[in-house]
Order: sequence, then structure tokens, then C-alpha cells
Amino acid sequence: MENMVFLDFEKPLEGLFEQLAKLEEVSEKGDVDMSDTVKELKNKIKKTQKSIYSDLSPWQKVQLSRHPQRPYSLFYIEKMFKKATELHGDRLNGDDHAMVGFLANFDGRTVVVIGQQKGATTKERQYRNFGMANPEGYRKALRLMKLAEKFNFPIITLVDTPGAHCGLEAEEHGQAAAIAQNMFEMAQLRVPIISVVIGEGASGGAIGLALADRVFMMEYTWFTVISPESCSSILWRSWEYKETAAELLKLTSEDMLSFGLIDGVIKEPVGGAHFAQAAAATAVKKAIKEALNQLVDMDPDERIQQRIEKYSKMGRFIDEAVAE
Amino acid sequence: MGWFDRLKKGITTATSSKKEAPDGMWIKCKKCKGTFTKEELEKELYVCPKCDYHLPIGSEEYTKFLFTGDTQKLFENLKSYDFLEFTDLKSYQDRLEKATKATGLSDAITVVTGKIQRYPVTAAIMDFRFIGGSMGSVVGEKIARAIDYCIEQRTPLLIISKSGGARMMESAFSLMQMAKTSAKLSQLAKAGVPFFSLMTDPTTGGVSASYAMLGDINIAEPNALIGFAGPRVIKDVIKKDLPEGFQSSEYLLEHGFLDMVVHRKDLKKTLKDLLSYFESPDVTPTNKKLVEEIAVVKGKA
Ligand SMILES: [Zn+2]
Repeated sequence: MENMVFLDFEKPLEGLFEQLAKLEEVSEKGDVDMSDTVKELKNKIKKTQKSIYSDLSPWQKVQLSRHPQRPYSLFYIEKMFKKATELHGDRLNGDDHAMVGFLANFDGRTVVVIGQQKGATTKERQYRNFGMANPEGYRKALRLMKLAEKFNFPIITLVDTPGAHCGLEAEEHGQAAAIAQNMFEMAQLRVPIISVVIGEGASGGAIGLALADRVFMMEYTWFTVISPESCSSILWRSWEYKETAAELLKLTSEDMLSFGLIDGVIKEPVGGAHFAQAAAATAVKKAIKEALNQLVDMDPDERIQQRIEKYSKMGRFIDEAVAE
Repeated sequence: MGWFDRLKKGITTATSSKKEAPDGMWIKCKKCKGTFTKEELEKELYVCPKCDYHLPIGSEEYTKFLFTGDTQKLFENLKSYDFLEFTDLKSYQDRLEKATKATGLSDAITVVTGKIQRYPVTAAIMDFRFIGGSMGSVVGEKIARAIDYCIEQRTPLLIISKSGGARMMESAFSLMQMAKTSAKLSQLAKAGVPFFSLMTDPTTGGVSASYAMLGDINIAEPNALIGFAGPRVIKDVIKKDLPEGFQSSEYLLEHGFLDMVVHRKDLKKTLKDLLSYFESPDVTPTNKKLVEEIAVVKGKA
């Protein structure tokens, strides 16, 4: 439990984990039997975790989605698949390190898995561009999705991005066109597509990878058109209103499910995915597996029609012709 | 997300020009500051006679000069509302009411069907004056219905974009309009019905990253701002001044994202010519199965 990072609202846990570490150290030396005390403390930790996590504000959930110890795409890919081989490049211009793609064996079935990848260290974060893909990343994703379609492999995408990259080259190489093209093509792909938001689902950068038959959000993630910080800065001209913005935007997994904009929420283990990483991967795998079982035997035309119909229904408005 | 700035600017310009010309007859060119009467500019299709700047116009003006003969508005029965109770400094409901009152429009997009010369076409035209041309549920739904209409009637689709991007006050619902419109356009493509996308100043954010960039033919008016991120955002990121002409129509043409940049005065002829090519006997016939499917879905709803 060394090097654990605690967010401000997780602070009550910090002292408990310190105590636990000390107790375990003492009991390892072996003089006194501390097992009851350890057990008691562990229960207390669990209780405290439960009470903290049962009452999180939308902003706190946003913070959790960015927890520095939260697992990223590569972790899930390593845990969920028996075998996975990374593929690189968009065949046009480059290889985007913020977007990773693999051929993988998912319990005996070949799948293509694509995800945005963030970094854990300063160096990695730079290498992965903080999970902000350039057009090359979206085109790499599309190339791999086309590969999947050609050989009838289901597609799994893992969404974790603070947004598509904004910069000179991103514009020069057509960021808008790349994202648009992905959605346009994904709507008609003849293989099942499952997307899971595992961290941040920010705006066009997220939806460019998430037009799918089934879209899941992990419990402590967010998915909407703008980050609470940017929303605050645009509407209030200040970063101070990010908590309010997070509430207004209704960006949590719970909200998104209630709106019918996603198909399911993947519950996270007590303490969150960053605390129990392996359990989180198991939960994600289970959700993907169940969805895949529902999707693989469907007629491709039927699947495409249902996919498009699902998105066609998204939107709230008054239809005066119906209202009258 | 530049719409908010522009909205504010738009409001100030409107009031200040009112002060200068109480009768509301004078319009100032943003570029050369020349002033002209509305009649003068209307004759010139709102292109500045002095400096050739294309003044921003809306659905009404485009409809007037592009279409030949009668036109019919479609789906005017769709209205936005504040379903998230989104209140920042002002409530979304207030913004909607104010925009409706100020513009007389039902939302940021108007669907019109009619003919350009003898060629039938259905156009979805955006209005920047309506909350920065932002894309919410109504914009997405009108485009979706226009696409169904085009498939059924087999009329080509024209979308004229003018938007700062997604409508923040509809949060994820606005984001999903990107997926919805792109998915519907894939059906239009499958049906073999052509889609012309005209980008005007500005076309950014969620609109550029969805339908605007998906035309079979992508056209832009001269010197329009077109891009994914707004210039201010990019400037903040790179901490440098942007190169001259960055994200302009001409820049996008040079980088391969547009088929052509067309002067407003040539627009009607260009569209007419383009429409004529798609009347060829070799054009893919309508996908009957798809038409039936859409009819079934509509019946269910
Ligand atoms: Zn001028």
C-alpha cells in the first residue's frame, strides 16, 4: 500500500492505511498475534470507503476518473485478454501514441481492441500526449476497425481522453474530418462494436471512438460535450465554477444511463478502480463478454439498423405536431 | 466553444448599429468598415461591394437567393426546451426565449425543400444568430428528419453550416447529435443520395467534426473560419500566434479537406452544376429496403 495517492475527499482513508501498514509490519516480525486487530482495521477501511464512495458529488466523480492511479487502457488490455499483439500506424502519416490498437484473444475469439492511452509518469504522459489523440490516432483506429470488419472480428474500444488534441498539426491534418469519418464509418461497420468509458469521456475526442452497439461507462467516469473546467471558463469566465458546472452538465454514469444515452454502468469495486485494479478489469471483462454474447449472433444488417436507430432516438425536444 | 464570445459580440454590434442608424437601414462591413444600405447589400448577396467580404447571413437569405420558385419549410414543429434545467448566469430557457424572439426562428437550423433551377434539393441551413448556431437536440433531429425525407423523396441534401459547435446547455445530448447526424448520413450514403456540405464562417467544434465534414462534396465560402478547435483555444495551447490564414477556407482547400471555395455570387451556379451531375442515369438507384426500414421505424415512433 506504499505510494498510495489520496484525493482530498479520500483523506480519511490515509491515516487508516498508514495504521494498517504499521500493524502489518509489526505482525510480520511475529512476536504478537495482531490478526484480529488487522481484521478490524481492514473492516474499518472498507466501511470508510463505502461511506465515502456512496455519497460522491459529480465533481468528485470527475476527480476519480482522473485519479493518478486509475488503470488506463493498456492495463485492461493486459488483464482481459489471454494474448494481445499491438499494431501501429494509420498507413497515412504516422503512429499516434495516445491511441493504442491490438489484435487480441478474448476467451477464444479474436477481437480488435482500441483505446486512448494516458501515461502514469511525466515522461509517459508526454509520450502519450495525455491521452489526447491527433487525427493520426483516429485514422489508426479506423484502419484497425476496417481490419476487424474484413475478418469479422468484434471491436472493443476503451475511451479515456480529456479531449482530442487541439493544435496546429491537428488542424492541418484534419482533426474534425477524422472524428467525423470515424462516426460515419462506425455506424455501418458489419461487426459488433462495444465501447467502455474507463476514465474521461470528453467531447468529440470520445465520441469519435464510441459510436457502438453497446456503450458502457464505468461507475466513476464522465462522458459529455465539455469538461467542467472549460464549461466554467466559458460560461463564468473563471475556473472557479467547475463543481457547479459538473453538476449542471449531468455527466456521471448514473445520469447518462438515466437519459438512455448509454447502455449500462459497470460498477466499480469498493474503493474505486484505482484501489482494486484487478477487480475492475474483471468487472469490465464481464460486461464486455455479456454484451458480446448478445451481439455476435445477430444479423449484421439488423445490428446496424438497431445501432443507428438507437442514436436516432437520442435528443430531447418538443414536437408540437405530436403535442397538439 | 467560441459561440458565447460571438453571441456577445453579435449583441453589441446589433445595438451599436441601431444607434448609428435608427431606421436600421445601414449595415457596416466588418472588414473595410464601409456602410451600405440593406437593399444595396441584398442585391450583392451580402458581399461587400468594396472589399468582397462575405457578410454573415442566415437561412432566410440563403433560401431567397439559392432557390428558384416556391420553397417549403419542414419540421418547424420541433422546439428546444431546457430539459436539464441548465442555469449559469442565465437559464437556457431564457436564452431560448430571447433567441426565438430576436430572430423569429424556431432554432439554429431551418430545413427548406424546393428547387435550384430545375433541380429538387432539400437544404438544412444554420443560423448563427440563434445561440451561436449551436447544435442541440433540435438541430440533430431536423437533420435526421431531413435525411429521411431526402431518402424517401430522393432529393439531394444540402447542409449550410454556420456554428460554433455543440450546445453546451444540452450537455451529452448535444454531443450525441454528432453521432446521430453522422449515423444518419451513413444511411443517406447507402441510399445513394448525394450530400453537399457548405461551410460558412464559422464552422467549428462538434459541427465541423460531424456532418459539415462529411459531404460527398465539401464546399466553403471564401475566408470562412473552419476547424475543430477555435483559434483562441489553439493559441492558448501552443502559446504562440497562429500563422496567417490558419483555419481559413483557403487553408483547408490547400490541405485537402474541401473540394472548392466558392464565391457567394457563384454559389447558385456551382450547386446547379453539381446537382446536374447527380442526375446521371448511372447514379445508384434508391435503396428500396432502406426506404422501407425507415418507414417502419417512423411508424413505430
Ligand atoms: Zn467591406
